[in-house]
Amino acid sequence: MANTQMQASVLTNLTEVRAMIKRHKRNDIIFAVIGLIALMIGLLTLLTLFIDLVRNGYPRFNAEFFMNFPSRRAGSAGLLSAWVGSILVLLVTFITAVPMGIGAGLYLEEYAAKNWFSDLIEINVSNLAGVPSIIYGLLALGLFVYGLDLGQSILTAGLTLGLLILPIVIVSTRESIRAIPVAIREAAYAVGATKWQVVKDHVVKYSQGGILTGVIIGMSRAIGETAPIITIGALTFIAFLPPSPVTEVAPYINFEWLSSGFTVLPIQMFNWLSRPDHAFHINAAATGAIIIVVTLLMNGTAIWLRYRIRKNIKW
Amino acid sequence: MTAIYAPALNISPRLAKNVRRNVKERVIEFILMLAALSATFTTFAIVAILVYESLGFFKTVSLVEFFTGTEWTPLFEDAHYGIMPLIAGTLTTSAVALLVAVPIGTIAAIYLSEFASHKVREIVKPILELLVGVPTVVFGFFALLFVTPLLQKIYPDLPGFNMLSAGIVMGVMIIPYIASVAEDAMRAVPMSMREGSYAMGATRFQTALRVVTPAAISGIVAAYILAISRAVGETMVVAVAAGQQPNLTFNPVDSAATITAYIVQVAMGDLPHGSVGYQSIFAAGLVLFAMTLIFNIIGHIVRKKYREQY
Repeated sequence: MANTQMQASVLTNLTEVRAMIKRHKRNDIIFAVIGLIALMIGLLTLLTLFIDLVRNGYPRFNAEFFMNFPSRRAGSAGLLSAWVGSILVLLVTFITAVPMGIGAGLYLEEYAAKNWFSDLIEINVSNLAGVPSIIYGLLALGLFVYGLDLGQSILTAGLTLGLLILPIVIVSTRESIRAIPVAIREAAYAVGATKWQVVKDHVVKYSQGGILTGVIIGMSRAIGETAPIITIGALTFIAFLPPSPVTEVAPYINFEWLSSGFTVLPIQMFNWLSRPDHAFHINAAATGAIIIVVTLLMNGTAIWLRYRIRKNIKW
Repeated sequence: MTAIYAPALNISPRLAKNVRRNVKERVIEFILMLAALSATFTTFAIVAILVYESLGFFKTVSLVEFFTGTEWTPLFEDAHYGIMPLIAGTLTTSAVALLVAVPIGTIAAIYLSEFASHKVREIVKPILELLVGVPTVVFGFFALLFVTPLLQKIYPDLPGFNMLSAGIVMGVMIIPYIASVAEDAMRAVPMSMREGSYAMGATRFQTALRVVTPAAISGIVAAYILAISRAVGETMVVAVAAGQQPNLTFNPVDSAATITAYIVQVAMGDLPHGSVGYQSIFAAGLVLFAMTLIFNIIGHIVRKKYREQY
């Protein structure tokens, strides 16, 4: 009697257990689906965003749009001063941020002793990476525009963006240097190389792919940054080009462009976007599509580059 | 490393070369150190500029008015300097963003870390990174001219500028950030803990929810805190889509300015250097800097803690 009862309870337990297992397995699948959907939200947003920009902006995708100055009439307004400005500002950013960032990365990884001094620098770098970009704009407004009296110029904007992307370059430099085994350095020291010879002929050489990745990501961030440039007061109507950096007479190089007024692509987009007239929104959409294509291409290149490095280099 | 101890007399050419080499090494090290110091310089410059200009501001405005006033109208004839409306706008848009980003980001992180195959992860992670790379002004366009009209179809009373659509778009922007930081934390949980759970008959979902997530919780929380700091400092989306009028409200369907939107608005105008209006953006910036700094520090402390556990 007791025996059969026990058997019965084991049996119901077994069916219960089986039901439970089934339920839990179903939960697994349900969650996997939810997880996929959560992941897709990002991707779908990016896709929708891009399609929306192209759909709205396609009437402006022609040569005129790139060769015209901004104008009061939306139909004939163009991006000429904006893309020229973007290139010149990025040139300044590149020249300042890349050597400084790589230098700082090399110092922190290869030279600095582990003490309060290097800790201080390290804390600063990771802190700077989290400072909102608009704060860099305030720094530039107080320091570059009025403190050093550089005005609302290409030089000011380039330096501001340079400081902004400095942490990105430093961090990527350090990460790629760290991946190089100590044995490589020791081998070079063993044949009598000095520290700098080791650094320039080996460390920099083997980490250049990783450094390049960081530089590209930093520059693509600089292309799209809007807030700091607005903050230095550069949201003005610019219907002229800065003086050319290259001249036909000696000394062939001219630095007047550095102090020239300017506009850049994202500023021009913001300008058109903040007007109530819908015709200007079409221009903004076209500009947005162009900015997205440029930044996606740059980021894509950087990611592909990093992927290749990871795949190919096995120490 | 060796100091320059070259004997003054009878110096051989080889030794002389060594001296030159040592000097060169030292000069290079010094230059590299200067480059590294630029980061420290930037931090100090930021603090110095913000504090210096804010000091000028607080000569005309009392701290009490600044922190307790409920009106922010520095550009009007009848100027009021209460930062509360701007903080309310900042917190409301950030809250909306987090409501979107925290659940989606966490689920995405759990999926990526515990469920996705190696192949899926290889494809998805770069795409998430691409999303991070999209400039924020473009997201501003999206919020103002795509999400707002869409929301107006559901809720017709929604004003053209509102914190809801700005917050939602900001949330989508932050998803990849939460997902990647939280995923890093979960991947740091040792495999043996998962194996122990599987050996007891737990499913993937149970393991993820009851073993991996609790073990990685400080890293996940750090991701949320760092995300708050991002949302608070985000500028272009709110400047474009949330409105420019300071408005003491926590209702996301209202239009209101954030701290960042205010700075943008003033910078777009032509305020004379040294005026109270000019100084007010530095005072607002100082508040913003302090807020993000606090969140960043807490986030890093929490994040460091979990690293020491295993």
